[in-house]
Amino acid sequence: MIDALVDPLEFGFMQRAFLAAGLAAIVCAVVGTFVVLKGMAFMGDAVAHSSLAGMSVAYFFGGSIFWGAFAWAIPASILMTGISRRTHLSLDTSIGIIFASGFAVGIILMSRVNNYTADLFGFLFGNVLGVSWNEVALIGGISGAVLVVVVAFYKELLYTSYDATMSAASGIPVRFIQYLLPVLVGITAVVSLKAVGIILVLALLVTPPATGALLARRLPGIMAYSVATALLATILGLYLSFHADFPSGPSIVVVATGLFLLAFLFSPTKGIVWHRNRLTGMPATESAS
Amino acid sequence: MKDTTDKYQNKPLSHESTSLTQAPPDDVQTAPKYELSSGGDYAEPHPQELALEVRGLWTGYNGHPALENINLKVAQGEIVGVIGPNGSGKSTLMKAILGLVKPWKGGAYVMGQPAATRRRIVGYMPQMEDVDWEFPVTVRDVALMGRYSGRGLLRRTNREDRDAADAALQRVGMHDLGERLIGELSGGQRRRVLLARALANDPVLLLLDEPVAGLDATAQHRFLDTVDELRSEGKTVVLSTHDLSCVSEWCGKAACLNRTLIAYGPPGEILDEQVLSETFGSHLLLVHTDGRAYAYEHHRHDTASDVETEGEAGT
Repeated sequence: MIDALVDPLEFGFMQRAFLAAGLAAIVCAVVGTFVVLKGMAFMGDAVAHSSLAGMSVAYFFGGSIFWGAFAWAIPASILMTGISRRTHLSLDTSIGIIFASGFAVGIILMSRVNNYTADLFGFLFGNVLGVSWNEVALIGGISGAVLVVVVAFYKELLYTSYDATMSAASGIPVRFIQYLLPVLVGITAVVSLKAVGIILVLALLVTPPATGALLARRLPGIMAYSVATALLATILGLYLSFHADFPSGPSIVVVATGLFLLAFLFSPTKGIVWHRNRLTGMPATESAS
Repeated sequence: MKDTTDKYQNKPLSHESTSLTQAPPDDVQTAPKYELSSGGDYAEPHPQELALEVRGLWTGYNGHPALENINLKVAQGEIVGVIGPNGSGKSTLMKAILGLVKPWKGGAYVMGQPAATRRRIVGYMPQMEDVDWEFPVTVRDVALMGRYSGRGLLRRTNREDRDAADAALQRVGMHDLGERLIGELSGGQRRRVLLARALANDPVLLLLDEPVAGLDATAQHRFLDTVDELRSEGKTVVLSTHDLSCVSEWCGKAACLNRTLIAYGPPGEILDEQVLSETFGSHLLLVHTDGRAYAYEHHRHDTASDVETEGEAGT
């Protein structure tokens, strides 16, 4: 049993994988809490998919794939918000346009490369076991920067998410915050690409915060449970991947989903198993106060 | 609570001192058509005592005017009820006072200063639908948000803010429910939390947008009792409503709004059939139930069915 836990850590690639995936999981869990509360899941998914264009451009011209994705994701996040603000088009429409166009450009460029399928597979589903120390440092640095921004603007992010009109009336720069949050989501998605890939980034952004929302009442508690869930899923998922020889990204996602299901069934306040027998947690019913 | 009021009263507040933005326009001074100044309690207030003055205000959305030439003077310690049908500009008026909607012309002045520079002494309570009641925050969290306008960007709230938020909750009788999630509250309690948030910064002026819409009569009375206590403590209140009896009973002045200010004065003197039908349109129907008067409007756009629907006040 002990060997099963220690053995993987003797490999350098597993050490790097634990660090890279763990860092990505933490930042996803924190930013993802706002994503879940604001119903921005589609946006996170779209930024990740559209950044395939940036990755492909970088790959095609021999640049850094990470910075390629990064350079694409930030303007894409701003454009999604900007298009819907400047026109009468809804946010999900403008997200859809950016989502599909970026992905299409990425696929066209990738089709010009010889070993097209193998590399594309790595982009789509991540390859955290192949992460280098340089990439670990990069993921760590950017994750740290995102967390610092979230902590610094926590009050503003919280208030703007909850009630944009009132926060504008309080003098909070609501427009800045409403652009900041999508950009943070975009950066977070890119940071996580190596760990879980374009298609599964959404799971890291949404599943741990959703689990947190079933376990805690207030926002800070939800975030804490979200981080714990994400880290647990990463660690267990990588062990699962190592011992069962499963692909790493999907293993992490499967474990995270399992943890969500446990919370869904057995959460002390919101789990469906207990809830049938309990009346607590019901909203107050009197009409006057 | 008195302190703030006195502090602002003692300041020289002549309109000439409004150097922060452009001087208020003097060209537009059209009074509302039916303005009555009754002597006694509601005599024309001295300009330096005005908690709120709206002068020649025009504003709107996408080039369509929502408010045309609004002139309004509210003395300190008054409750003014703004009534009008859907889309008459009640919410827009409040948003213009808060600076959330930019005036095309004219402007609003709080304690003699341009309202946009006076946000910290204006408490605002938005309509119930504007708030996300599923958001995972507690009653105390929401009250604390009322203190954010006093804090700069990147500043955390401190002990003083938490004490002020607790005092505001105490004031509206919600202190014991401080740890409840807002989603767990009843309709009356939800309104009290929003009122506490508006009070947390100890404002001079309270803007309450449809604070009692959808409440039953008992809960309405309790809420408006609290509002009246706040008035007797020196707060000035502007609230919008659809309930005419609420205006007659609780408000010192009524402002009948339908894009223009149709009438402004003590409700007993201005709320006659002519003013009401001009405010609500020719299809206004007044119904008296439970000793309360409701203004029903005819939905002119509704061609499929000719039903009379109650105006803004959902039940």
